[in-house]
Amino acid sequence: MSTLTDPPNESFRLSMLINDTRYRSLTFQVIAAVILALCIWYLGNNLIQNLRAAGLNISYNFLSDSSGYDINQRLVEYDSQSSHAKAALVGLLNTLLVAFLACITATVFGVVAGVLRLSNNWLVSKLMAFYVEIFRNIPVLIWIIIIFTIMTAVLPGPRAFRGDNATSSMLFDAFAFTNRGIYTPMPWFEHGLFASASMNWLLVIAGFVGSWFAARRINIWANQKQEATGIRPKTTALILAAWLVPFLVLMLVMGLSWEYPELKGFNFKGGIKIGGPLIALWFALSIYTGAFIAENVRAGIQAVSKGQTEAASALGLRPGKVMNLVVLPQALRVIIPPLISNFLNITKNSSLAIAVGYADITATLGGITLNQTGRAIECVLLLMLFYLTASLTISMVMNVYNASVKLKER
Amino acid sequence: MKKTMILGAMAFAGLAAGAASAGTLDDVKARGKLNCGVTTGLVGFAAPNANGEWEGFDVAVCRAVAAAVLGDSTAVEFVPTTGKTRFTALASGEIDMLARNTTWTFSRDVDLKFEFVGINYYDGQGFMVPKELGVSSAKELDGATVCIQTGTTTELNLADFFRSNNISYEPVPVETNAEAQQQYLAGACDVYTTDASGLASTRATFDDPASHAILPEIISKEPLGPLVRHGDHEWGDVVRWTLNAMIAAEELGVTSANIGEMAAGTDNPEINRLLGAEGTLGEMLGLSADWAKNAIASQGNYGEVFAKNIGEDSPVGLARGLNAQWTEGGLLYSPPFR
Amino acid sequence: MSDQKTNSIAFVADGTIPPSPPPAGETGPVKWLRENLFSNAVNSALTIAALLVIYVILSKTLPWLLNGVWTTNSLAECREVLQGKTGACFSVLTERWNQLLYGFKYPGDQYWRPNLALVLLLVAIAPVLFFDLPRKLLAFTAIYPFLAFWLIWGGTILAPIVALLGFAAGAFVFQTYGKSSFAIGFFGAIVAAFAVWLIGGALIPDGASDNAMLQAVPSRDLGGFMLNLMLGVTCVSLSLPLGIALALGRQSDMPLIKWICVVFIEFVRGVPLITLLFVASVMLAYFFPPESTVDLFLRVVIMITMFSAAYIAEVIRGGLAALPKGQYEAADSLGLDYPQAMRLIILPQALKISIPGIVNVAVGLFKDTTLVSVISMFDLVGMIRGPILASTEWNGVYWELLGFAALLFFVVCYGISQYSQWLERRLATDHR
Repeated sequence: MSTLTDPPNESFRLSMLINDTRYRSLTFQVIAAVILALCIWYLGNNLIQNLRAAGLNISYNFLSDSSGYDINQRLVEYDSQSSHAKAALVGLLNTLLVAFLACITATVFGVVAGVLRLSNNWLVSKLMAFYVEIFRNIPVLIWIIIIFTIMTAVLPGPRAFRGDNATSSMLFDAFAFTNRGIYTPMPWFEHGLFASASMNWLLVIAGFVGSWFAARRINIWANQKQEATGIRPKTTALILAAWLVPFLVLMLVMGLSWEYPELKGFNFKGGIKIGGPLIALWFALSIYTGAFIAENVRAGIQAVSKGQTEAASALGLRPGKVMNLVVLPQALRVIIPPLISNFLNITKNSSLAIAVGYADITATLGGITLNQTGRAIECVLLLMLFYLTASLTISMVMNVYNASVKLKER
Repeated sequence: MKKTMILGAMAFAGLAAGAASAGTLDDVKARGKLNCGVTTGLVGFAAPNANGEWEGFDVAVCRAVAAAVLGDSTAVEFVPTTGKTRFTALASGEIDMLARNTTWTFSRDVDLKFEFVGINYYDGQGFMVPKELGVSSAKELDGATVCIQTGTTTELNLADFFRSNNISYEPVPVETNAEAQQQYLAGACDVYTTDASGLASTRATFDDPASHAILPEIISKEPLGPLVRHGDHEWGDVVRWTLNAMIAAEELGVTSANIGEMAAGTDNPEINRLLGAEGTLGEMLGLSADWAKNAIASQGNYGEVFAKNIGEDSPVGLARGLNAQWTEGGLLYSPPFR
Repeated sequence: MSDQKTNSIAFVADGTIPPSPPPAGETGPVKWLRENLFSNAVNSALTIAALLVIYVILSKTLPWLLNGVWTTNSLAECREVLQGKTGACFSVLTERWNQLLYGFKYPGDQYWRPNLALVLLLVAIAPVLFFDLPRKLLAFTAIYPFLAFWLIWGGTILAPIVALLGFAAGAFVFQTYGKSSFAIGFFGAIVAAFAVWLIGGALIPDGASDNAMLQAVPSRDLGGFMLNLMLGVTCVSLSLPLGIALALGRQSDMPLIKWICVVFIEFVRGVPLITLLFVASVMLAYFFPPESTVDLFLRVVIMITMFSAAYIAEVIRGGLAALPKGQYEAADSLGLDYPQAMRLIILPQALKISIPGIVNVAVGLFKDTTLVSVISMFDLVGMIRGPILASTEWNGVYWELLGFAALLFFVVCYGISQYSQWLERRLATDHR
């Protein structure tokens, strides 16, 4: 009879490094570490040698020098005397602005097109299929250039608004659509409660937040009442009042008035200007990404089995409620993960702003600053760091949201 | 070359190896080709024509250097560079010289470690406006929208000009000259600003050039010239003196037409020294005795190159102005060949 | 009798009544229209809106398209011919046709080379794309990269042959020793390949390219749509093996390797391609040995390959994660080691699930090759924005050129995505 014996207690041999699974992974990792270290040493050494040969060095001191150039769109105070770092900040905010706007509109375009593509109207669904295919299959750079060219060629210049026989006129005397951008009236307060305009606007926002809390309280109160008595009190008027009254009071007290854009000299002055490059980039990014989102939305809705819709109808829910309460919550689980990557794509594609002259971070830090200072390595590294941070942040936030709508499995 | 073969074969792409450390002149001779950085396309200065051949004012400088060093003006590999890539291309040895209307400035010379070997075009930044705006001076441009081609010194000059005159403007940065032109013609900007030569070159391509005016103010000094890497003085000398040879040739009346008989020997000793009939100037540079003759014979002297590419009879239509010889009131002045 | 019958009963149907035609509103196009376009008020409104959109688009573009001029030599001549009417100036396409397709530097008498390479490409990828074709064709696919390299770049044929021999030697070593131990076979193959390349490279005489059968073309001379296609095909095919390796590395239980792969993938996916291209154009040159310069094409290929490898790795990781755990356990219980399990059980299934995703990445990547125009390479968009629009003759022809570029990309990308959908249906082994 054979008896069980312990496996031979071998002493360590060199061949075990390759053949024994206990040690093999260690061997591979050591090899990988050595190769990695060698690569880094090799590249670093080349870099040092090349820089020494060219007499250059890595230094970020240029960031505090004055930039010397102007930027047409800025969300913070900036002029040509500000530092390169400030210019990079202006670009950074512009990137975030266009990415944020484009994410919202792309979602709207995508949802509308995705739902309409499933419509039983033959013409509309074919039209939407055409939209999706044509935008998905042509490079976004070409779209950005085409849309920007269309904007500059089709819309009139401010010159067309001038003179007695002007070929263009302002809409309602308040909106001007030019190829330099769209000018709209700007609201302002004649006798604001604070000296600075932004504080007044903060007050208005605070008012809205207060209204939101009030409306919520009213709802909670109504729910309690309903649970206690079985009758839901009418809340429509109350909620409407909660929203409107504080707003109207604030507007009256502070004296809301409008500043209209006016043609003065070379350009329209006054009002709010939304620059042409911003509009072109914003629109191009949203309509391009919208086509991708439309496909996600369609796939998401189709992923909800037909039985769910039928079951909901059998329960007597109206079509609107079927969509809101049954189909969409389930479809969202399928839609959100690709939606995240589409938002990331928008942020990254916004770097194509240089094609239309929009001053995003690629155009300021990675463009003019790089050209003027010649600090290529430093600028490109900073640029990559920014995009990396932005991408990781967006995907983190969206993943948290994704986790909250995910099917809770037990 | 061994390493070249492996990597090239592996990645299915040629890997051009050149020993940049030995000295650019030896490299160029060993390679049999000159790598010359030019713009991606500016009519008159450097642009590929319909047959794909590069031609223009800057291109002629490259070709002249190739003719001087290698005896063959076609032995040039033109590397198109943007405002962003030009300095890296030169610093990293991808190109041997850069002839891309680059302004000679202190920081480029000192901080970025390049050597400007001379000036082949004295330029200045100007403004172009449609005549219908009725603007006659740049100081009337308060509040105007200005198209600028990015990647040059133009943005800085513009900011300085408007700040010092205490007027406001709105910059529209544009990537290429063609796009700037489209924006300007569509009325998306009131003014287009770049080097005055570039303005003339752009206006030349318009449907109706007469309805656009170039304003009298020239707001900056833009000495444009070829540059090489700092520290390689032999190579710097070759490029510098090839440029000087072209300028001196015009002053001395040597043209591509009469250079054959002049090279045989004249009674002007400076021409003889220039063309290699007397003295050992070529040897001092490490080139053959007929280096300057080759350069001038292939491209012509400075005046011929100017007239052919950007002169008044060319589509660009620039007057000589500052770029006339010093004997005719311009700034072109070549040190003596002695 | 018959008489009585006819009298007593007024009428008896002795056959079935022929079906009466449906009401006019329920047949043919009218019914179709009613059901598909005007079923209710909202639908009708949508239909009318859609018709309006179509009308607006067509009324703007049709006269422009139909009035197109094809045979002039410059925009000014076009304007003369059109006499102020709306019309396109397609002459720019006919006149600059070769530049748009091949760039402005590729020698004109050598155009047959890229053309032949393209045709052979179709032959070479056919067995990869369509499984029904005889497997023997794959041998040609293996030779194709070397053949195409030689066709497009020209020069000495020895270089691609040495490269091919290196791979062949590697494959041979792997076949011989890989059976007993994967690791020895794998590393042995790499060593063998490098040995062949080193020796072969040394044997090729300097200047072999000078009077070779095919004139050597430097990669700087490539351009136009050809450059887009080449970048797309090269980078996708190079990034596939790299992507698989990264995906496996990310799933690995060796912490160091996993860590390297995660950092690489997340880093590359986190930055836009354009910044990687900036790296290629302004930074990478500093990282190569001081004596060598690597040409821009190769630098761009390196960066784009890294970029698409990271995306493909994520797609394949999805495929790996989608496989039931049982597959891994089954492979283990059969006694297969890791390379065997991956090669024989896991990857074939995971790759099959990932194919549509990979095709999507490939289409995206192909479209992104237009970005190289930003770093002064003359691809299709670069040609349009650079030399063509800057020339005196064609200054101001935007729509025709951009429309042509869009059309070319649309044809290729739509074709690929249709293939992907066909493949998805073909590979669907579940019963839905």
